[in-house]
Amino acid sequence: MTAAIPNAPAEVPLLDVRDLTVEFSTRRGAVQAVKHVDVTVGKGETVAIVGESGSGKSVTSYAVMRILDRAGRIADGTITFGGVDVGKAGEREMRDLRGREISMIFQNPRAALNPIRKVGHQIEDVLRQHAQAGSDDSKAKAIAILEQVRIARPDERYHAFPFELSGGMCQRVVIALALACRPQLLIADEPTTGLDVTTQKTVMDLVVELTRQRGMSTILITHDLGLAAAYCDRVVVMEKGRVVETANSHAIFSAPNHPYTRKLVRATPRLGVTLSDLLPEEEGVARKASRASNGANGANGAGHASSDEQPLLVVEGLVKEYPRKDTGGGSLKSLFKRNGAATAPEGPPPVFRAVDGISFSVRRGESVGLVGESGCGKSTTSTMVMRLIDKTGGQILFDGEDIGAIPARQFARLPLRKRIQMVFQDPTESLNPRFTAVRAIADPILRMGESMSAKAVRARCEELATQVGLPLEFLDRFPHQLSGGQKARVGIARAIALKPDLVILDEPTAALDVSVQAVVLNLLQDLKEQLGMSYLFVSHDLNVVRLLCDRVIVMQAGRIVEEGPTEKVLGAPAAAYTRELLSAIPHPPL
Amino acid sequence: MSDATATPAAPTHGIGAILRHAQYVIGENKVTGFAFGLFLLIVLAALIGPYIVPHDPLASNTSAALQGPSAKYWFGTDQLGRDVFSRVIVATRLDFAIAIFSVALVFLMGGLAGVAAGFFGGWTDRIVSRIADTIMAFPLFVLAMGIVAALGNTVENIILATAIVNFPLYARIARAEANVRREAGFVQAARLSGNGEFRILLGHILPNIMPIMVVQMSLTMGYAILNAAGLSFIGLGVRPPTPEWGIMVAEGAAFMVSGEWWIAFFPGLALMLAVFCFNLLGDGLRDIIDPQRRT
Repeated sequence: MTAAIPNAPAEVPLLDVRDLTVEFSTRRGAVQAVKHVDVTVGKGETVAIVGESGSGKSVTSYAVMRILDRAGRIADGTITFGGVDVGKAGEREMRDLRGREISMIFQNPRAALNPIRKVGHQIEDVLRQHAQAGSDDSKAKAIAILEQVRIARPDERYHAFPFELSGGMCQRVVIALALACRPQLLIADEPTTGLDVTTQKTVMDLVVELTRQRGMSTILITHDLGLAAAYCDRVVVMEKGRVVETANSHAIFSAPNHPYTRKLVRATPRLGVTLSDLLPEEEGVARKASRASNGANGANGAGHASSDEQPLLVVEGLVKEYPRKDTGGGSLKSLFKRNGAATAPEGPPPVFRAVDGISFSVRRGESVGLVGESGCGKSTTSTMVMRLIDKTGGQILFDGEDIGAIPARQFARLPLRKRIQMVFQDPTESLNPRFTAVRAIADPILRMGESMSAKAVRARCEELATQVGLPLEFLDRFPHQLSGGQKARVGIARAIALKPDLVILDEPTAALDVSVQAVVLNLLQDLKEQLGMSYLFVSHDLNVVRLLCDRVIVMQAGRIVEEGPTEKVLGAPAAAYTRELLSAIPHPPL
Repeated sequence: MSDATATPAAPTHGIGAILRHAQYVIGENKVTGFAFGLFLLIVLAALIGPYIVPHDPLASNTSAALQGPSAKYWFGTDQLGRDVFSRVIVATRLDFAIAIFSVALVFLMGGLAGVAAGFFGGWTDRIVSRIADTIMAFPLFVLAMGIVAALGNTVENIILATAIVNFPLYARIARAEANVRREAGFVQAARLSGNGEFRILLGHILPNIMPIMVVQMSLTMGYAILNAAGLSFIGLGVRPPTPEWGIMVAEGAAFMVSGEWWIAFFPGLALMLAVFCFNLLGDGLRDIIDPQRRT
C-alpha cells in the first residue's frame, strides 16, 4: 500500500500516520471507513487530502484529532504527532494537544461558533484555556488576532455576535480561533464549501499566508481537486477509505497516475473543456460522437426557429422588495431615546431591494446562465419567475402571457404550472422523505397530467427513470436509500415529467461530487436536446455555467452588470465584477 | 451508470421491511420488547377478557366478601364478594377504549389544527394558539373535572374532557413541526407539481410529522388512562358497579387501613403497568416509524 512519496521531508515529519484503519460499528457489523492509510505531513508543509463523499478523508482527520464519534475506533495503525503516539495518549494529554498543537477549521463556520456569545469573548476563552493570556491582556490579544485575520474594525467586531457577521467573516473568526494558540498543525475540513468564490479566495489566501508566516503545517481536506492543487504542496487522493495516489500538486493535474485520480481530474470543470470531456474516457468519446451528429441538425434547426419567434420568457424591470430587517434594532434604540419617534424623519418604511429592476429574455431551446454570488438576487429572481413568490414590480411574460400578475398561491392550480418547472439545489431536501422515488416522480403527473390508470402512471415513471438514467429497481426506494446522484436524477425526472418548456436549474449540482456532477450535467444537456426545453441555470460556479449555457447574465446586488454570449462574457469580460469573479476561481498549476 | 453504486438488493420497502425493522428494534432494545409484550397483553385482555374471566365481575356473594388472594380468588374479593381479578381484567376494555378514543379525538382536533396553524400562519395560527393558551391557563385535571361535571357523567364526556385537556400539547407540537417544513424544498417541489395548499398540508406535511405525533399519542394514552381513572376515583367518571380501575381503587382505598390491601392494590397495579407500558412504547414506536432509522 505504501505509494512512493515524492518530496518526502527528510527530517522526522510533524505528523506521521501509518497504516491507519478506522472502524465504525454499525447494525451490520464493523465497517472500515479508512483502510491502511499512510499520510505524512512535514514541518511547514501544506498537504491536501482530496476525495469524494464517503472516501474517508474527514474520518482520517478526526482520527488524528481523536474526535471520532462513539461508534468509531482506531482499529489498526499508529498516528505520531511530534513524537507523541496519539493512539495511546490519555484523554488529558489529547485535550492539551487539541487547540494548542493541532487545531481544526470546520465546514460550517456558523455552527462552529457559539451563537449567543460575542466573537471577541470566544477568542478570549480559547486563549485563557490554553494559558496564552491572562484576564488583563486577553482583550487586547483577541483584538490583535482579529486584526491578523483581516477583519476590518476589529475593536467593533470584537463585540459582534456570529449572526451579525457574513459567512466569510465567520470563517475568518473561526480561523482566528484556530490560530489563536499558534498550533503547529491546522486541519481545515472543507473550509470554503458554501462560501462564494471571491470569499473562498480571500479565506484560502489568508490561511496559506498565515500558516506560511508562522511555519505551520496544514492539512486541507476538500473535494475540490482544483482548490487543492492551487493551494497545497502535496495532494493525497483517497477513494473508498484508501489512499490511491500521493503526488506533487504540479504532477496531479499533468500526470495523474491512478485511474481514479484521472477520473477526478477529468471530471473537474476547467477552462477549455466541453461537457463530454468531463466523463471517463470511453464514455466521453461515445457521447461526443453522438452529440456531434445530433447537434449538427439539432443546433441548426433550433437556431433558425428561435431567431424569428418571440422569446419564451421575457422579464422586464423586475423588482422585489423586502421590508428591512434591521429596523428592529433601530426602533428599539429609539424607544429608549425620548422623543425618538417624534424627531425621526417621516417617510416610506425602509425596504431592501433584493432584485432591482432587471430585464432579460430566454429564447426557446436556449440555456441562459444566471450568475452571481450569494445575496445578489439570482435565487430571488428565479423563484419569482418560477411563480413561488410574488414580485413587487415589473413584468414576467411567459409565451406572451403576463404570469407575473397571477398570485403565486393560485399559480399552482393553473395549467401553465406544468410548463415551468424547476430542479432544486439540494436533491435531498427537495424530496419528501416519506415518498418513494416513483411516488415523487408521479406527483406532477397525478396532479396535472391527463388522468390515467395507476399502471400507466407507473409506466410513464419508468420511462422517465430510464430517460434520466435511474435504474428501475431504485424506483421503490425512499430518498434516504438513494445516493446523491440518484436523488438528483429523481428530481430531474420529476421536473421533466410533464415536458415543460422552461426548466429553472437552481445550482442543481452544487451538492454533488464532481464525478456525479459531470454525469448530471451531461444528462441535463442531453435532455435539453431531446426535449427542446429552455434552461435558466442559476449558479455561482462559472466553470459549470461555461459548460452548459449559451448566454450568461452576471448579477450583482440585484442588478445585471453584464450579459452576453458565454464565450464573450467569460472570455473577454467587460465588467470589473465579472473579471473579479473569474480571477477568484482557483487555478491549479499546470 | 457511475453513481449507481452497488447496494444490497434486498427488498427495502413494503410491509415485510417494516416488520423486519420492527423485529430489529424490539430485539435490540429489550425494554421496548417488554413494552410491546405488555401492550399485546393489554389488547388481548381488552378484546377477550370478559369471555375468559373465572367469575362474573358484577356478581356479588356476601358470604365470600373481603377474602384475601387465594387459589379460587387470585386477587381476592371485595366488600361485596366480587372477584377482584375478574373485575381488573374486564375493566381493561373500558379504560383502554377511553384512552384510544380520546387520543384519536385529540389527534384529529389538536393535530390538524396545529398543522394548519404552523403551515398557514397568520390568523389560523393566532386563533389556534390562543385557544391552546386558554386551555393551558387552567389546571388540566380541574378543567377535565369541570367539563365532565358540566356536561354530565358519561363515558363520552370523559373522552371529550380528556381530549380537550390534551389539545394544547398536540396543537403545539404539530404547529412547530409544520412550521419548520413550511418552506422546505419538498414543499416547494410539491407546489411546482401542482398541489394546492390543502393537499400539501395533508399529503406532504402531515405524513412527515406522523412519527412524532405517534410517539406523542402513545405517551398521552398513558395520561388518558390516568385521567379517566382519576375522574372515576373522585366520583366524576364511570359509575359503580361498572368495573373500572379508578373506581376500584377508590372503593378499595377505604379498606386499606383495615388490612384488605388487595382491593385497591391490584387495580392500581394494572393502572400503573398500563401507563408504564404506553410511555415505553412511545420510544420504541419512534424508532420503528421513522424511515431514516430504517437502514
